[in-house]
Amino acid sequence: MALEQTQFSQNDAGSSADANQYLTFSLGDEEYGVDILKVQEIKGYVPTTRIPNAPPEVVGVLNLRGTIVPIVDLRRKFGLEEIEYNQFTAIVVVVVQNRVMGVIVDSVSEVVNIPLSDIQPAPDFGNSMSSSTLRGMARMGENLIILLDIDIVLLGEPAPLALAA
Amino acid sequence: MTMFHQAFFEEASDLLADLEGLLLRLEEAPGDLELLNTIFRCAHSIKGGSATFGFTDIAHFTHGLETLLDKVRNGEIKIDRSLSQVLFESADQMKALLAVARGESAAAPDSAALSARIEAAILGRPMMGAEQTALPQPKAAEEEGWGVWSVVRSYRLHFAPGADIMRQGGDPILLLGQLAKAGEILSVVCDDSQLPALNEMDPETCYLSWDIELRSDWTSEAILEIFEFVADDSDIHLEVLGESAKPAEPAKLEEAAPPVLAAPTIKTPVTETVVASPIAASVSAAPAIPAPFSESAPKAPPAEAQTLRVATDKVDKLINLVGELVINQSMLNEVVQDFSMAKLPRLIEAVAEMERASRELQERVMAVRMLPIKHAFGRFPRLVRDLAATVGKKIELKTSGEDTELDKGMIESIADPLTHLVRNSIDHGLETPEERRAAGKPETGTVSLHALHEGGSIAVEVSDDGRGLSRERILKKAIERGWVTENDTPADETLYNFIFMPGFSTAPAVTDLSGRGVGMDIVKQAVQALGGSITLSSTPGVGTKFRIRLPLTMAILEGLSLTVGDETYILPLTSIVESIQPAAGDVRKIAGRAEIAMVRGEVLPVVRLYQIFGSVPKVTDPTQGLLVIVENDNHKVAVLVDELIGQSQVVIKSLETNYRKVRGIAGATIMGDGRVALILDVPGLVRETLSGDAALATAA
Repeated sequence: MALEQTQFSQNDAGSSADANQYLTFSLGDEEYGVDILKVQEIKGYVPTTRIPNAPPEVVGVLNLRGTIVPIVDLRRKFGLEEIEYNQFTAIVVVVVQNRVMGVIVDSVSEVVNIPLSDIQPAPDFGNSMSSSTLRGMARMGENLIILLDIDIVLLGEPAPLALAA
Repeated sequence: MTMFHQAFFEEASDLLADLEGLLLRLEEAPGDLELLNTIFRCAHSIKGGSATFGFTDIAHFTHGLETLLDKVRNGEIKIDRSLSQVLFESADQMKALLAVARGESAAAPDSAALSARIEAAILGRPMMGAEQTALPQPKAAEEEGWGVWSVVRSYRLHFAPGADIMRQGGDPILLLGQLAKAGEILSVVCDDSQLPALNEMDPETCYLSWDIELRSDWTSEAILEIFEFVADDSDIHLEVLGESAKPAEPAKLEEAAPPVLAAPTIKTPVTETVVASPIAASVSAAPAIPAPFSESAPKAPPAEAQTLRVATDKVDKLINLVGELVINQSMLNEVVQDFSMAKLPRLIEAVAEMERASRELQERVMAVRMLPIKHAFGRFPRLVRDLAATVGKKIELKTSGEDTELDKGMIESIADPLTHLVRNSIDHGLETPEERRAAGKPETGTVSLHALHEGGSIAVEVSDDGRGLSRERILKKAIERGWVTENDTPADETLYNFIFMPGFSTAPAVTDLSGRGVGMDIVKQAVQALGGSITLSSTPGVGTKFRIRLPLTMAILEGLSLTVGDETYILPLTSIVESIQPAAGDVRKIAGRAEIAMVRGEVLPVVRLYQIFGSVPKVTDPTQGLLVIVENDNHKVAVLVDELIGQSQVVIKSLETNYRKVRGIAGATIMGDGRVALILDVPGLVRETLSGDAALATAA
């Protein structure tokens, strides 16, 4: 139920009555999508400044035109195997609850329109990726896209950023 | 509407500050008509503004004051000591009422007693403070209206507000509400013939006008005064229909009154929805997240937009500079297109030009936040006047350098420490007139406030020509507290600095002034919190001088950059005592755990930065690295780093805006190469080190 409600409220601000636009990116073998309205910009990977005693997925902070932006490595966040950053590695800058944050992904793919009717509720993945971080799954031709609720991914869990002192 | 309220609050505070200064001058020149006129205008503007915006308490109270001032300026009432006291108290009362209206304080002292004294002064009765209660009638009369007029007249009023009245912040409903208080409304006719069709209606335009008959004991001037602030744009006629001494029968009132209220309420929903919707929109766009925490945010008044009034010439200079930058940029574009080596000199020139313009732009933008320090000095003439009376000393206050500019936030935060220093000088520093005469000094003591630029910082000096600090008393106290032993003869400087220690107070008796539980240690802490420092010098029999040094702005910090491994950190320069390369054996472990360093005979706890930050250092052997001695709150700590790089001014950026507070880190800054460097939180580091090692450090 809660899932449906968030989708409806997104719709009001979204592009059309029964579809939302998502930015998709790849991480390992999977294809993920985030609501395009959350995305501020995309930039190539640049080295960050490490923050002492930060959770492991927070790799550091970056200067984004004068603003200090924390950067989260989504592979570490999801407990995936780490890889070397390469020329495809991208930082997706998102705005969640008024905070500007960057997310490191393997590569950015495209912007897609996904009709609401194509989105299916996500199955329970167990611990590493609790189902509340997922909006659902959508099939695009051959691919299955995992739609993330980026707010919950970045702020929603008790351990990381949300519980700022 | 809140936007206009904010403007009113600011204007009213400024006016009140002016008023206080003027009253002080009036004491010296009681007959100065020009001064009296200015004072009257101040009170009048406050009254007018508060009435327009519906702050009836303030308007109500100020009205009485205004009447009194009017009589004074017409020469009907002479200024004397007690009247002057009433005026000062009135200014205080207005401040208190204003604070309530702003939501800064819950309740103000009751105005009634003071109003009664004002009333008594107006009527030319002698005022003795205590007799206030003997005047219940004027007070009751005041609750009905604003004055004590007794002839009842009937009036016909035509009120056609200008179409733009609501856009200009006026509100016909409030005005009509005020009018309803003037007396009894006999009839109201609302002319709605100008109302367009609903779809053509502009919600912020006023289409209505009213014809009102009323009976009131107010004079026509008093009634017109309600509309004073909209009179220019509105069509207002007031006719006197007749006079009578009897009160009107209230029968018609019941039928007549509703239209007054009903007519405006037709309009209110329209205006309010329009005003409300952008607010609602912005609320939903920005969900209920507390405002981004900034490191230095003082406890802000509740939910009030912080605003800044900037002189127009500052803004003009900014615009000019931005213009220069744009021209610069197009020059660069041109040079870079079809670039050849022949163009290199022009490129270098253009870049240099751009650098100059952008540096100047940075300075100017910083200057926007700067206000003259007279905003902080402004409260002292009154304070000194009142304190002088309380302690029975003759005191002259001298201020200089009031135009020295300081960051707005800093001005607000420095006012309290300054107040404490001034109180201190008056209470402890200055002698009584008899003592001064005996010492061969003029009876009137002097307290001076002096502000000046000093390199990249501002110095504020508070000095007095009093008796100076007592070496014996401080030494005695220091021995009592165990800071020195009986045989020690510390240098004056060391000794005087003991007064900044927590738990120090030389005042033999707790007085009204200094017995407030605020010691010099609090002053020192407050100054340090602003990134500043405080020193003092004192000569027995000649006086004491406190000197506060403050950075120009809290947004810029003079820092020393250092490295740990391949990471760069910034250490605020104000907290650094020295840096040394320790010899072998200077650093040792005690109890197998805590590390200490021997520096010039002092035992300091050692902080290995790489350990607490989890970095990979180049240096782990202290003799290969550097120990930077930092101090906070009289506690020193030695910080082990790889090497020092250099000194630079850095702009402080908040980490908390997008991330959160990090232990040991005060903020971040952006280096010349665009990378982020973190600024160390020295007070935090010192505190944590001491709480961890306190027992061991003292044991050593």
